[in-house]
Amino acid sequence: MNLSIEVDELHREFRGFTAVDHISFSVDRGELFGFLGPNGAGKTTTVRMLSTLSRPTSGSARVAGFDVVHQHDMVRKSIGIIFQDPSLDDRLTARENLRFHAMIYKVPRKEVGQRIDRALEWMQLSDRADHLVRTFSGGMKRRLEIGRGLLHSPGVLFLDEPTLGLDPQTRARIWERLLDLRKTIGTTLFLTTHYMDEAENCDRIAIIDHGRIVALDTPARLKGRVQGDLVRLSTADDVSAADEIRGKYDIEVLEESSGLRLEVDDGAAFVPGLLRGLSVPVLSVSVRQPTLEDVFLRLTGREIRDEEAGEKDRLRSRIRRMGRAGR
Amino acid sequence: MMSVIDLSCIKMVWLRDILRYFRERSQLYGSLARPVLWLFVLGMGLRGSYGRVQDVDYTQFIFPGILAMTAIFTSVQSAVSIIWDREFGFLKEILVAPVPRTSIAVGKGLAGTTLSLIQGMIILMLAPLVNVSIPWLNILPLIGVIALLSFSLTGIGIVIAARMTSFQGFGTIMNFIIMPMWFLSGALFPFDRLPGWLTVLVRVNPLTYGVDLIRKLVLGFSYQPPLLDLLFLVGFSVITTAAAVFFFSRGEY
Repeated sequence: MNLSIEVDELHREFRGFTAVDHISFSVDRGELFGFLGPNGAGKTTTVRMLSTLSRPTSGSARVAGFDVVHQHDMVRKSIGIIFQDPSLDDRLTARENLRFHAMIYKVPRKEVGQRIDRALEWMQLSDRADHLVRTFSGGMKRRLEIGRGLLHSPGVLFLDEPTLGLDPQTRARIWERLLDLRKTIGTTLFLTTHYMDEAENCDRIAIIDHGRIVALDTPARLKGRVQGDLVRLSTADDVSAADEIRGKYDIEVLEESSGLRLEVDDGAAFVPGLLRGLSVPVLSVSVRQPTLEDVFLRLTGREIRDEEAGEKDRLRSRIRRMGRAGR
Repeated sequence: MMSVIDLSCIKMVWLRDILRYFRERSQLYGSLARPVLWLFVLGMGLRGSYGRVQDVDYTQFIFPGILAMTAIFTSVQSAVSIIWDREFGFLKEILVAPVPRTSIAVGKGLAGTTLSLIQGMIILMLAPLVNVSIPWLNILPLIGVIALLSFSLTGIGIVIAARMTSFQGFGTIMNFIIMPMWFLSGALFPFDRLPGWLTVLVRVNPLTYGVDLIRKLVLGFSYQPPLLDLLFLVGFSVITTAAAVFFFSRGEY
């Protein structure tokens, strides 16, 4: 069996609100699989179901070969999880956090010390092993959590927004660690993110929006869905320029607040002709290769933006609280 | 299937609480300040205007009640730390582990009991200062009774923590459940000469029987037959433990 995660028609509702809408996908053993989507898209809910923390409304999922509902203890033994919010005891030292983790996961006593040292070394925290976690920076806490999640050698490691709220430098460092892990131990990594640049590191990405998977492929192939190059254009009069381009070239022109946006096969060859022929004065022009951001825009008609987070985060935490109080 | 009792999980939950207790000295001192204040300030203050009951003065009379108070507040507070763990995220780390919830609750109960006993022992050492001398033979049974009482009360604390989703409600719970329970336990006044309605409240309060039993072991007299007290205390701990396990196990966090 080479599948690490198999998800079949997984569905979760919170009192009439559909958080995850009949999704199906599978992840190969050793794969680095990304769930990409805006806040509130259903990423965390999916992780919670796959890690047995909440029950699906319908559908099924197997993780490391075990059913997440009927064999949840076996699933729990086989996974490690890094939550979106911190889950360390910050009144304890790094080493104590790891030791307690080893204790509840029943890491053989003889191996505990060695595994803790290795985890600390991996996460480059050896020199801070005996400091209280409350003195750690956000990035150090995250690394410690990742090290802790790996302590019992899980087959699958879930990471829910592992770099959320961290500065770019720290994010890069976390990623460097994750890619290194993947190379050295080959654990299946399932992560969620709303950072496009991070998703590019994955072997495959599922783009999730409003609880549905709208696309699932390798980053390269997803980008291939956006034809050719992207040209951004700003002119003295965008509306008439758009009409003119549409009439002349028979291509789709998107009018955005910052200017016009067109997809053409070969941007470098297209732009000189465009500039020569256009009657409206052009203020600026740029040509670039498509990114995942463009793919996302294409598939959902929206951009992934942090600004959206405010309202959706509130909604999500409200739903979470309702779910908690209801049971 | 996993068994319900997971020793390494119980040990982990217990050890963590003990470790944190000894690391946070302020918590230790803070929880000792209250009983000391009650015993010396309230006890001494009221001693003059209070006649002797069963040949003991007021400070001696409330000494068993102060022991009970230490157990009550320490154990409830210890269990309610579950709310903090939820707030700061650590609870998720335990809940997602392959361990039965029952064992987490038991670990929490034992930790609360241990801390209560430690605090109780410190208060016990104050006995000579208020002229209370406890027969040596009663020390071991006394420890047993305080442990049983504390374990029951951590059960109540766990139920509170499992039902409460924010920390704001905590003060309310303390003021509306725990304080009245202690006031109505006969810890502060003899309950053989109360108005009828108050007698009823005192008698339905399970803590009354714990306090009465402690009084028997410390001062040598009680208002109920000690065996009856013990029976009530055991029943009480069975019920609260069952409730704690039930509510803690079915919550989704």
